[in-house]
Amino acid sequence: MKKILVVGGGTGGTIVANVLARKLSRKEAEITVVSESPKHIYQPAFIYTALGYNLHERDIVRGEEELLDKNVKLIIDNALRIDVEDRYVVLERTGKLDYDYMVIATGSRIVPEEVPGYQATYHFYGLEEANRLSKALEEFSGGVIAVGIGGIPYKCPPAPAEFCCLLDYYFTRKKIRDKVEIHYLSPLPRTFPHEAVAEAITEMMEKKDIHWHPMFNIESVDPEKRIVYSLEGESLRFDLLVMVPPHRGAKVVEESGLGVDGGWIPVDKHALQYKDYSEVYVIGDATNLPVSKSGAAAHFEAKVVGDRIYADITGKKSKPVYDGRVLCFCDAGFRKAIYMDFNYEKPPRKPRFSYLWYLGKQAVNKLYWSLILKGIV
Amino acid sequence: MSEIKVNKVVDARGSHCPGPLMELIKAIRNAGVGEVIAVYSTDSGSKTDIPRWVEKAGHQLIGVYERNGYTEFIVKKVK
Repeated sequence: MKKILVVGGGTGGTIVANVLARKLSRKEAEITVVSESPKHIYQPAFIYTALGYNLHERDIVRGEEELLDKNVKLIIDNALRIDVEDRYVVLERTGKLDYDYMVIATGSRIVPEEVPGYQATYHFYGLEEANRLSKALEEFSGGVIAVGIGGIPYKCPPAPAEFCCLLDYYFTRKKIRDKVEIHYLSPLPRTFPHEAVAEAITEMMEKKDIHWHPMFNIESVDPEKRIVYSLEGESLRFDLLVMVPPHRGAKVVEESGLGVDGGWIPVDKHALQYKDYSEVYVIGDATNLPVSKSGAAAHFEAKVVGDRIYADITGKKSKPVYDGRVLCFCDAGFRKAIYMDFNYEKPPRKPRFSYLWYLGKQAVNKLYWSLILKGIV
Repeated sequence: MSEIKVNKVVDARGSHCPGPLMELIKAIRNAGVGEVIAVYSTDSGSKTDIPRWVEKAGHQLIGVYERNGYTEFIVKKVK
């Protein structure tokens, strides 16, 4: 019997464990998930929490145990050290766990404190912070709102542009849109990394009178003067600043010496394996792959890794590879959204804003808890 | 070309989001002054993006080279 250890109970970790539990019997494998928290949080809900949507608690948080296949053992504990040489992981309370296969799905963490003056900023990269931002927006009666990026990489690259469009919708509904200036501080010369998508988003921003600033990567903030400075040498005065905080890899990754340049683990872009360790896989935000840090990437990677481990254990010669697939819905407000689906070889096409994709986004929010986390789709 | 010592290679081939320029900005933020970064890109937009950002951010574009199916940009962090 093979011991499969999944470190991390987020989107990727939960899916890979469920895929393997469905394919392998208890005689073939013992599957364990280590999660820091007994709660599983649906992070795309944060943006809606920040904007005051009245979401049901079960749309945001559920118990990890109820989401895992009954054949998966869940341990709630903190991973302190990962040793890929001797194939074990040290947990704070449980002690040492060894493995035959390991999937590192430790995600990312936010480090707003890396930006001087961050105390004057708001963000939606956590439930508590999203609630704080929601209160600030509720009290906001007019002025300049700037939305920018404090560090690269960060989760869900379109989120700040999406948030700007949703702010337009929010203040229009509040009937004070004419009193609010919305500024998007884009880290790039465009509103989105890919040209075709940027064209559609720029058109939408111009239609919504959202001011966008090219090549403005936040370097620091002056909380007293309420000025944000870019590393390219520009500045903007604001009344409310929403700053996507810098992200880093998990502490256990950094402290185990597995991460590079911010704690991201180098992996093969197709096999998702760590260096020459054929029994160690890395998925989701934890990797240094040039794909977006998103639930969609973690989802597709988890399915590939589940199938690869299954193929290995059952002696199949052919193993699937990750093709870089990511899909993404971006809500523009007024019940319109765009949809993008791309991979390493196939770039996204210029998307169309439509009600259909808005419904698609709502459907994904619901299906996440059932079909997606179970690894069925 | 062979005389330039590259400190870090960023292979962003196939990246549409976050894209090669975002990968370069990340690498520049993590690099020390004087270090040289090579970025591999298959994204046609990089040919305008990367030189524009490098100039605006005050770094140095040492060279742009067409390779087999991708473009290599060599950038030096100067401040």
